[in-house]
Amino acid sequence: MIDFVGKKHWFFLISGILIVIGIVSLVSSQIQFGAPLQLGTDFTGGTSMTLHFTPQVEQEQLRQEFTNLGYPEAIIQRSGDDFLIRFREISFQERQDLTEGLETRLSSEVTVRNFDTVSPYIATETARNAFIAVIVAAVAMMLYIVWAFRRMPSPFRWGTCAVIALIHDVFIIVGTFSLLGLLAGVAVDAMFITGLLAVVGYSINNTVVIFDRIRENVSRQIKPDFAATINDSLVETLGRCFNTALTTIFVLLALFLFGGTTIQYFVLVLLLGVIIGTYSSTCISSQLLVVWEKREWRALLPFAKKSA
Amino acid sequence: MRRRSVYLLIFILVLFGLALWSMVPIDTKLLGPNGLRLGLDLKGGSQLLYQADLSMKAPNVTDSEAMASVIDKIQRRVDQYGVAEPVIQKLGADRILVQLPGVKNINEAINLIGETALLDFREQKRDSSGNITWIIAKAIGSNGEEEELTGKYLKRAYIDYSELKGYVVVIEWDNEGAYLFEKITERNLNKPLAIFLDDEMISAPIVHDIITAGTRGIIEGQFTRSEAERLTIQLNSGALDLPLTIIDQRDVDASLGADSIRQSLIAAAIGIILLFIFVLLYYRLLGLMACFALGIYGVLLLTIFNLFSSHITLTLPGIAAAILSLGMAVDANILIFERIKEELRRRRSLGAAVETGFNRAWTAIRDSNITTFIVCIILFWLGGTFGAFMVRGFALTLFIGVALSMFTAIIITRTFLRLIVSSRVVTNPAAFGVKI
Repeated sequence: MIDFVGKKHWFFLISGILIVIGIVSLVSSQIQFGAPLQLGTDFTGGTSMTLHFTPQVEQEQLRQEFTNLGYPEAIIQRSGDDFLIRFREISFQERQDLTEGLETRLSSEVTVRNFDTVSPYIATETARNAFIAVIVAAVAMMLYIVWAFRRMPSPFRWGTCAVIALIHDVFIIVGTFSLLGLLAGVAVDAMFITGLLAVVGYSINNTVVIFDRIRENVSRQIKPDFAATINDSLVETLGRCFNTALTTIFVLLALFLFGGTTIQYFVLVLLLGVIIGTYSSTCISSQLLVVWEKREWRALLPFAKKSA
Repeated sequence: MRRRSVYLLIFILVLFGLALWSMVPIDTKLLGPNGLRLGLDLKGGSQLLYQADLSMKAPNVTDSEAMASVIDKIQRRVDQYGVAEPVIQKLGADRILVQLPGVKNINEAINLIGETALLDFREQKRDSSGNITWIIAKAIGSNGEEEELTGKYLKRAYIDYSELKGYVVVIEWDNEGAYLFEKITERNLNKPLAIFLDDEMISAPIVHDIITAGTRGIIEGQFTRSEAERLTIQLNSGALDLPLTIIDQRDVDASLGADSIRQSLIAAAIGIILLFIFVLLYYRLLGLMACFALGIYGVLLLTIFNLFSSHITLTLPGIAAAILSLGMAVDANILIFERIKEELRRRRSLGAAVETGFNRAWTAIRDSNITTFIVCIILFWLGGTFGAFMVRGFALTLFIGVALSMFTAIIITRTFLRLIVSSRVVTNPAAFGVKI
């Protein structure tokens, strides 16, 4: 039998390292760009466009021409055969001048595959609404956890462990995208928030399935020791958690690899979410229960005793 | 129990048959004009979000009346321009979302829709310091009140062509307009009378004759054909009651949409094949049941998209959601199968294992999907606030997909398994992937 509980400190270490990398990335992004994540036009306003050139041009050349045409601030990113470019909001006339300018200067035919321009006004509103959506989702998940855990031995404690695991998942995904933003100029948009919320909804389920099993085993008193009961429950549920994750990973991986560039990062959020969510419900949330049960952090959380 | 399972099987097969029948032949029913409705990200086209300036509305109408009138006029302009399946809807109190699938010349479309197209006639006035300004021409109308001569009195406008003048737009006044026009031309004889469109002078011909009962006027502006056509459409639809500005524009080239469809179909096929192989290898007979159930699930999902195509638009994230929900549909089956295997390992009979497995797994499946439903509802709201059709497409599809996956897991897979068990064709637990 696999000893999960015995390895809990390793799991905490791994998660700790991932979280530290995330924090470093968020902070350096904040210093370098003034935002912990590279924000897309959905949230900042401005223009983002996908350009395709026939014949193909070099990224450096393109950057040069954008500067020459008066857009030195443009962020240019390669994406397959296309270029993803983000810069300030432009009018239709400016757009026409830009594409014509590029065509003559690079002597290559331009196809504007995708063109989004968002006024700062609506962007602020979208950012605000996205924030509201995240808060509402967080509250809804809390309420759900309270409801789902109402019959568990100590709902507050178990609920808190589940929430910590959720925050852990979200943090690692946000950290990953901060890193991607830092290294490859990847920006987060409304679809990122969408993926994140979907993942939170998905990730909580695995935790509920495992906790449910722990509850069942505790009430059947199969083992005298809480830690051993949890380990048994984890081993029992491992197959299903692993397999449910695996089936979802199969389809998402296929979409990520072959589904084209338009929603690639969105699918990446989902993919990361499923992997990390499965990991955290097995290796983090249940282990936290053990730590809490053994009162290893009573000194840190004085209210733990009260709720126990 | 067995009789009920047989009835359920018949119900499932009839449902499946009807679903297939509603889609076949695929090229006319599923992919035809009344079939799947593809979003802009798959079809190409343009989405425009307009902000209306309600402070500019006429004092005697309410905000919602002014908005309704603007939307109605935009609808007429888009219809006359000839866009298939446009979407024009009010968003919030003072915004209008316009989707133009498949539109080629976006620049032209934007000019057509967004310009107020306020037509008026102006005469010259010399102020006290001797400067000449253009003021809107007024005359006492038939009701005894002073009226401005504007596009309000148009009966219709149409395009005309002559060798000499090129493309011109001919306007026909209604009775009141003709009456005002006569009085104004009389007053401005041998003086210029300018035609203004949205505060810009188009032409300023000298009035040579009093146009009595003049029902027609001609706008000469050295138009190209498409400019003249556009102006005609705008004048016929009427001037917009409120000025509009674009606050969000999203264009997708048709080539990108076509690529997206092709790539996501390939990805879906690969993902589904992997999924089937895995489920078959790991769960054997149970897996085969799951594959059948998934096949039916896929057909039913497509049918829902097909039948409710006026409400559900298929977008790229929607395809992702459909594929994701397929993965989640398998999850429901796996939760059940694992329970069944557990019961089998405890040496329960096959029948008892199947029943207990379903009953125990059901609460977990139900609970776990609640969170996804909640998230979908929140996302659907978020997507609606700024016309993010991609966000909405994802939320709606995931919601439908997950709801349907619960149906397939509980009704379809269960019925299949019950029939297999009661038929006693398979009795070896190894067929369920259990070694005893």
